[in-house]
Amino acid sequence: MTAAVETGQTVIHGDRVSLLRVLGPAHVWALGVGIVLVGEFTGWNFSADKGGALAALIVCWIVGLLYTSVAMIDSEVTSTVAAAGGQYAQAKHIVGPLMAFNVALFLVFAYTMLEVSDAILLGDTIVAKAGVEGLTHNSFIAATIVVLAWLNYRGVLMTLNVNFVITAIAYVSIVILFFSVSPWTQGAVLKLNELVTPGNALPYGWIGVIAAFQFGIWYYLGIEGTTQAAEEVRSPARSLPYGTMAGMITLLIAAAMTWYVCASLMPWEYLGITYYPLWDAGKLTGSPLLENLLFIATLLAALASANGCINDAARAWFSLGRDRYLPSWFSAVHPKYRTPYRSILFLLPIALAFAFIADLNQAITFSILSGVLQYTFMSINIMMFRRKWPLGTIRRGYTHPFHPLPAIVLFCLCMVTFFAIFLGFGSQLIAMTVFYFLISLWFHFYRYKFVRRGDQFSMPWPKPQGY
Amino acid sequence: MARYIPPEQNKAGQILDIAVVVVAIFVALWLPLKLGLAGAAKSIDPLDAKTWDALGQNATMASIWEKLGYTPETAHDIIQNRFHYIIDWPTLIIMAIVLIAYFVFLFRASDKEYREVINEKFDDK
Repeated sequence: MTAAVETGQTVIHGDRVSLLRVLGPAHVWALGVGIVLVGEFTGWNFSADKGGALAALIVCWIVGLLYTSVAMIDSEVTSTVAAAGGQYAQAKHIVGPLMAFNVALFLVFAYTMLEVSDAILLGDTIVAKAGVEGLTHNSFIAATIVVLAWLNYRGVLMTLNVNFVITAIAYVSIVILFFSVSPWTQGAVLKLNELVTPGNALPYGWIGVIAAFQFGIWYYLGIEGTTQAAEEVRSPARSLPYGTMAGMITLLIAAAMTWYVCASLMPWEYLGITYYPLWDAGKLTGSPLLENLLFIATLLAALASANGCINDAARAWFSLGRDRYLPSWFSAVHPKYRTPYRSILFLLPIALAFAFIADLNQAITFSILSGVLQYTFMSINIMMFRRKWPLGTIRRGYTHPFHPLPAIVLFCLCMVTFFAIFLGFGSQLIAMTVFYFLISLWFHFYRYKFVRRGDQFSMPWPKPQGY
Repeated sequence: MARYIPPEQNKAGQILDIAVVVVAIFVALWLPLKLGLAGAAKSIDPLDAKTWDALGQNATMASIWEKLGYTPETAHDIIQNRFHYIIDWPTLIIMAIVLIAYFVFLFRASDKEYREVINEKFDDK
């Protein structure tokens, strides 16, 4: 194990340059909410297409429960395993190297495809606003991905400061919209009773509600990304649980406000297919100010999300290189900016390529698939963590209550979501699982020989029980 | 337990490994798109009478559609484009088997590797 020596704000592992510990709880909040908030501006509404407006509300609550479980579990494990890579580092210490390799790939895929979705949304929004014949989204997509990659290349503090500001503006825009439409009065602007009726609330019945889980995930997907900053926060045990739980509360409020306003302003058939539900809601209020505010907020939310995704995907990839699960070339830290610059640059063309070949809901589905695989791992991981190191055997930054209930809830909801994905993207799910299977065989039987065994366990813990 | 010394990987080997991963990523994500396997079964249930009433839209809904720039004719393909949820049992069973087999392999192989890690880590002390 390399000795970590704190020198002011700089951490040096032996003679290797490492990441900077400069972030506080607000940055953790900005990273988590920044990645996720775009889900309120697009994506969640596809769940209305799958099952109707009421189904979108039901999954908003139930998937909120799934993510509350994720946040609780994550806060406990990450406040104890504070290392770059988040869930990757957790898997390495609790389950084993192959699981860690897979978890890192889940993270990279989930975040890269989320970044792709953000860039497509941004490009499409600008094209729709411009209304110019022949204008395509390609140049806007390319510019978004390249500029944000450059920002990430230049430094994590600047990246997350930018995220904090633009996320806050986007969030405030939802609050302004909510209070501008007199939410306490039905009939003046909002017409929920006339748009969501007993006849159309669940047009496909309960199978539609289950199908809606697929895009219900999009309300909150990415909140677990807060853990990626574990090695760059000043006080992981305090900042990570605080930032993650505050982020989850923020998102639950935003999701409820978003559903209420959108379902009260447009028919579910339109709500289910639009790429810009909140921007459309702004238009339908008849206020040019709200319309323009929500247009700008849609762009800012997409930017914040893509920005956070590049940050997280690059750190997961960097961790793979540092542990030699992938070529160690990826583990380089920029000598001046102290960022995982090779990982950032490597993932850039992959994001660009998929931004041009996938459409929005395909890219969203890619991201969701990897996310749900990761949550399934998390539900099992926490059980193993508590079994191998029962309470009292190691110091935990945070201990989540009601164990094992959150883990069981999380596992069951993941199974329902797999079924929901099967209803729309079953072949995709099989193809991706086969990919993970094959790449796991490659790792286990070939790549693992380059891995230093004992170095994979770097926490100052006692030997796990049962070993 | 003797400390495991991994072999050093040369540059060509590193490049080859990177290529394997990149190709695998593109095949897994791009191939289903190329083969048209991505996307749910949605189809239009056409109506002869294209009126707001026939499309199941009340006066409030109709006024919003019109505000959004739609007529009954242009909204028809959106409103009548419906999912037809059919559970394809053979595909569902294949999906379940693939997922279970994947996770079983993942945990068993990981455990084997983890025991090596723990043995080396704690036998050093």
